[in-house]
Amino acid sequence: MLSLCAISKKFPGFELKEVSFTVEDGDYFILLGESGAGKSMVLETIAGLVLPDSGSILLDGREITREKIQRRGIGLVFQDHAVFPHMTVRGNLQYALKALPRVQENTAEAAEKMAERLSIISLLERKPATLSGGELQRVALARTLIQKPGILLLDEPLASVDHQLKSELRALLRQIHKEGQTILHVTHDFEEAISLGSRVAVINNGMIVQEGTTHEVFEHPRSNFVAGFAGIKNFFRVTLSVKNGKTKARTGPVEIELITEENETEGFIIIRAEDLVLSREPVDTSMVNHFQGTIQRIVPSRSGCEVTLDAGILFTALVTSTSADQLGLREGNSVWVHFKATAVKYFCL
Amino acid sequence: MRTKASPSDLFFTLTGALVLLFIIAPLLGMFLKTTPSTLFETASETEVRQSIWLTIWTSLAATLFFSVTAIPFAYLLARKNFPFKGLVTGIIDLPVVIPHSAAGIALLGFVSRDSVLGQMGSAIGLNFIGHPAGIAIAMAFVSIPYLINTARDGFAGVPERLEKAALTLGASPGRVFFTISLPLAWRNILSGLILMFARGMSEFGAVVIIAYHPMITPVLIYERFGAFGLKYARPVSVLFILISLALFILFRWMAKPKSNEKS
Repeated sequence: MLSLCAISKKFPGFELKEVSFTVEDGDYFILLGESGAGKSMVLETIAGLVLPDSGSILLDGREITREKIQRRGIGLVFQDHAVFPHMTVRGNLQYALKALPRVQENTAEAAEKMAERLSIISLLERKPATLSGGELQRVALARTLIQKPGILLLDEPLASVDHQLKSELRALLRQIHKEGQTILHVTHDFEEAISLGSRVAVINNGMIVQEGTTHEVFEHPRSNFVAGFAGIKNFFRVTLSVKNGKTKARTGPVEIELITEENETEGFIIIRAEDLVLSREPVDTSMVNHFQGTIQRIVPSRSGCEVTLDAGILFTALVTSTSADQLGLREGNSVWVHFKATAVKYFCL
Repeated sequence: MRTKASPSDLFFTLTGALVLLFIIAPLLGMFLKTTPSTLFETASETEVRQSIWLTIWTSLAATLFFSVTAIPFAYLLARKNFPFKGLVTGIIDLPVVIPHSAAGIALLGFVSRDSVLGQMGSAIGLNFIGHPAGIAIAMAFVSIPYLINTARDGFAGVPERLEKAALTLGASPGRVFFTISLPLAWRNILSGLILMFARGMSEFGAVVIIAYHPMITPVLIYERFGAFGLKYARPVSVLFILISLALFILFRWMAKPKSNEKS
């Protein structure tokens, strides 16, 4: 278990202010914040690269606030991988092993085992300059995991990879977590937080503004900052099932049709408010999801009106003011909401 | 498709050609006026051969000996901020900007028998004045800025992230220096060593004040010019330039990245 208690640190023009949170054993903890919020600084403080001005850090009950970097038992994977360019992949893996106080097993064998686990066995004799971004990320992960760290710190691991690679790496991180690795993952991307995290802390301006389970934080943002940052309106915990060849997500009394390649049945869905279409009467369209509900509130927003309606669950649709006037939308009106199966984004747990 | 050269292109080409001519013409003139037989005769002179050998080994010794302190110092300058860093950087460049004969006078006071270093040398029977050790000190004094500055640039070019990553992987700061920083800055360091060595070999002003004898080649050239004239100084100069060039090309070739390193 990793605990940060009131960590503060002043830098020129920026400061971490009493940052506190706890990462339990087996957690996939996400530290979510915009660029410059202080996320990476928190990681570097935990790793020992930066010493805090005040506060304490405990790992498994052991105070490590001023402990030497080398003795902390913490693994850090940098955003730009930081794979040593003058060594082969094997050299990189063995470098980490040689630094251990007592090498338990043959280093060559251990490097191969880890390479096998992260599917980089064929890359062992290659130099980093010949590897792709995804391969470098795997090497950086393997190099850190080979030391069996008490906690794995990941600094924006998916920030600079393309969409295809992102889902591959997400699957890999999920796998590493399932194998029992405690992870603290820093990101600016709320989709990553939903997709991977079991707990989330949101950091803004060097301060933790909310902490909780992913569901708590996104469903009940405690501040405008969290709500605005997350930008999520239609966010539901769901259970997937397949009926007549169609994938359905059940949340409360509602079943929503969607398209996904994920196999896990428990997860979250998000539907962008802009993708919801409102009508006063049932309409015949190519969209497959239609629900009738009652308007609970209409709130003017920058780009029109946010209409919240209760259709068994609360949907929020974004419509222009002109459309709202034309449809004569009023609080208490009965309306239909429609959206495509492809507008539903699914994230498994 | 070839584009027509603009007047400005012509201007820059012309100025470049003039500068090249300015460097090449005197050297070429000297080479053309020296016949192969004269060159061979000069090369067979014991005094000349001893002088060239002395110049090479003292400069090499000075470079290697002082690199032990200069390289870690360059790392410190690249990585750490400390009070008066600007002043320290300025001091490093001093030997480049002061007249080298003046540097020789300053060094004479520093290594003479009355000085602390001179007394320490005397205690082990070493007199720096007129000794290869004194020559090496004079050569190092004027050439060490080249090594420090080039190595500092090399270390500055190594991403700090890599050093931090090595630390988080459990490496000690010493191991990080020897396994990450030094190998990654190695090409710059090697360039610095070559520059320091070459600069040391060509030094005259500071060396001639510390040690007229034994004669390093620049002093020998000066002596032959003063005693016998241009005709006798020229073949030694040509021979020394050829050997310096050969060494320079050899070291550059050794420092060149191999094709597998590039990938």
